[in-house]
Amino acid sequence: SPISAGLKDQSWFHDIQLSLFRLTVKRLYSTSHSSVDSKEMKKFQLLAHKWWDEEGEYSALHSMNDIRVPFIRDTLLNMSSNYHLGNPLSGVKILDVGCGGGLLSEPLGRLGALVTGIDPLEDNIRTADQHKSFDPVLAKRIQYKSSSLEEIVEECMETFDVIVASEVVEHVADLEMFIKCCSQVLKPGGSLFITTINKTQLSYILGIVVAEKIIGIVPEGTHEWEKFVPPEELERLLESNGFSVKTVNGMLYNPLSGSWSWMENTSVNYAMHAVKCGAQGQSSPAGTLSEMEGEQPSATAGMAM
Amino acid sequence: TSAVMAAVCGRGLLAPLGARLRGGPRPPLRFVAAAAAPLYDVVVSGGGMVGSAMAAVLGHDIHFRDKKIALLEAGPRKEYERVPDSYSNRVSSISPGSATLLSSFGAWDHVCSLRLKPFRRMQVWDACSEAMIVFEKDDLDDMGYIVENDVIMSALTKQLDAVADRVEVFYGSRAVGYTWPLPSHSCDTSPWVQIQLADGRRLQTKLLIGADGHNSVVRKEAEIKNIEHRYDQSAVVATLHLSEATDNNVAWQRFLPTGPIALLPLSDTASSLVWSTSHEHASELLAMDEESFVDSINSAFWSNVNHSDFIDTAGAMFRSAISLLKPSGSAVRQLPPSVAKVDPESRAMFPLGMGHATQYVQHRVALIGDAAHRVHPLAGQGVNLGFGDIACLAHHLSAAAFNGSDLGSLKHLLKFETERQRHNVSLIAAIDVLKRLYSTRLAPLVLLRTWGLQATNALPPVKVRI
Repeated sequence: SPISAGLKDQSWFHDIQLSLFRLTVKRLYSTSHSSVDSKEMKKFQLLAHKWWDEEGEYSALHSMNDIRVPFIRDTLLNMSSNYHLGNPLSGVKILDVGCGGGLLSEPLGRLGALVTGIDPLEDNIRTADQHKSFDPVLAKRIQYKSSSLEEIVEECMETFDVIVASEVVEHVADLEMFIKCCSQVLKPGGSLFITTINKTQLSYILGIVVAEKIIGIVPEGTHEWEKFVPPEELERLLESNGFSVKTVNGMLYNPLSGSWSWMENTSVNYAMHAVKCGAQGQSSPAGTLSEMEGEQPSATAGMAM
Repeated sequence: TSAVMAAVCGRGLLAPLGARLRGGPRPPLRFVAAAAAPLYDVVVSGGGMVGSAMAAVLGHDIHFRDKKIALLEAGPRKEYERVPDSYSNRVSSISPGSATLLSSFGAWDHVCSLRLKPFRRMQVWDACSEAMIVFEKDDLDDMGYIVENDVIMSALTKQLDAVADRVEVFYGSRAVGYTWPLPSHSCDTSPWVQIQLADGRRLQTKLLIGADGHNSVVRKEAEIKNIEHRYDQSAVVATLHLSEATDNNVAWQRFLPTGPIALLPLSDTASSLVWSTSHEHASELLAMDEESFVDSINSAFWSNVNHSDFIDTAGAMFRSAISLLKPSGSAVRQLPPSVAKVDPESRAMFPLGMGHATQYVQHRVALIGDAAHRVHPLAGQGVNLGFGDIACLAHHLSAAAFNGSDLGSLKHLLKFETERQRHNVSLIAAIDVLKRLYSTRLAPLVLLRTWGLQATNALPPVKVRI
């Protein structure tokens, strides 16, 4: 900025200018272009201290680790040729978006990954930081930051090998922007893992009526059916923003045993793995373009590749 | 002395431990001290055969490459390069399953290079009748191996040395106090188990495995209820020399009214004695001179003084009935070897009992081996149950480590508990029932067990199960 050039010895002034600039930008983003929904944040505020009770409100998320961690681990192991015994994810830089209390960040950290966990809610970050602090290995490997995805895009362009957005996209305000930001902070050829809930009659009955109101395995009001994302829609958004979708798997929760399992059917919960096209090139841009043209001619205009 | 001081300090700490952490704030001093104590992923308390094997199995597991394991043993390091000429009087019957476990991390090779005796056949019979049951495998495989406990320990010590970068063994260290974390910890309390050693040192761990024997301190401190029962029996052990050299690949056991007497082969000329009998008789056996001792043993195996005509006739009738239905249903009775002399200084006795912990696991705690279950030696199962616990727990911990899970989490510990309790409870109960059944001369019970034994001997499916 012209101001800072002329006032080199008044760096404090420069700092204030920069922070004012950032503040304005932040405000602009938070009203219309942020992926963070303040109503959603309020819901999680109340439960910030309950994250680590394995039998409590978040027990279903704890047990989801039994399938989502092996899914991420095995997919990454299959894609890479090095394997460090005892540390399968050694050296892999992972961004955990919407990390909450760190339920997924910690297992990934234990497997050797360098994890950055972000969550817009400060209380969540505080809980996560405090929980990891007792384990010196995790304390070194995991960094938490109270931030939205957009806020870190600038400093983190093409920084991460992997992004994990688990049980997050059903809470974001602007899904397309979320995906664009993911693409910006991901290295070319990097992986994006998403787990979320489908928008079907079945997911309304099971995911909201039964899960929230009847059995109460999910705190009431956590989810809004309107914001659920069908896998076809997610796939379309990903493919039109520079990703190639590799895997889609349905997930099933058994409330009696409290455990998750994989299934063919994606009507309720599902997981998706996509790879950012680029230098490591998983699929040619031309190929994707011709596929898209058949379905939605308007969306292909101005597609970033 | 400093040992007494240390014990007193340990006791002093134990008092506030009683008020534990199911509620109430923790004194800040403990937190400060805890912050400095080294943190391990797994600490195994108790360096006997089961504890050492547990530490070695984890140390050799590929998913534990970057983990820190500690083994606490109150005694000194046990190892020998070559076996002493005389046999130790404490031996174990190692099942093929246990041998497989030991070979999975290279310990079995060491055992084989030191000393062991495979056996092909087991003959079990009653003193009060002619009933007998013979176990042997159809293929000429070994049924099991008789190995001195010291040989197993030496092999385990060698394999622990091989993974010394991952497993730290603390010899001469006894844990005197444990502090348990809250299941879902709040802000300033450490989530790990705190261990206080007798010499004042402290350790922290994410998972504590109690392998400290039937009087387990871990189990007591964790307030896990133990169902226990002292048998009115002691076991007398000794190393015996046979009258003449023989193939000696049969394990012999005869149920006397006072208790079972077993002869386990050590070599072509030597066998190990395990004689469970009343406390008074056991003391007599220890006190008598060597010749009388040898005579008692031979008479126990050969004499028919406990037979009654009634039972003999009933047994013979049943046997002919079986041979009509199933001609091969009664096996040839082999004669046990006769004993010539006993190794001086090899006689010893120890009391017998039975025990079973109601829970094998708690948050960040697991019990294995005799700490979880204690049985009568009549079935030669004791250490094999412990090795079975190790195989199961190691399997679950390995999977948990590969999933990045918190090792002390009850989720996988409960899976271990369910699997092992399901396996152990029926076996422990059966051994207890057998012990009681065979402790009597009453005709109806003798008849019952006579026919039962004969029937079991004739039925292949049941025998294979056993």
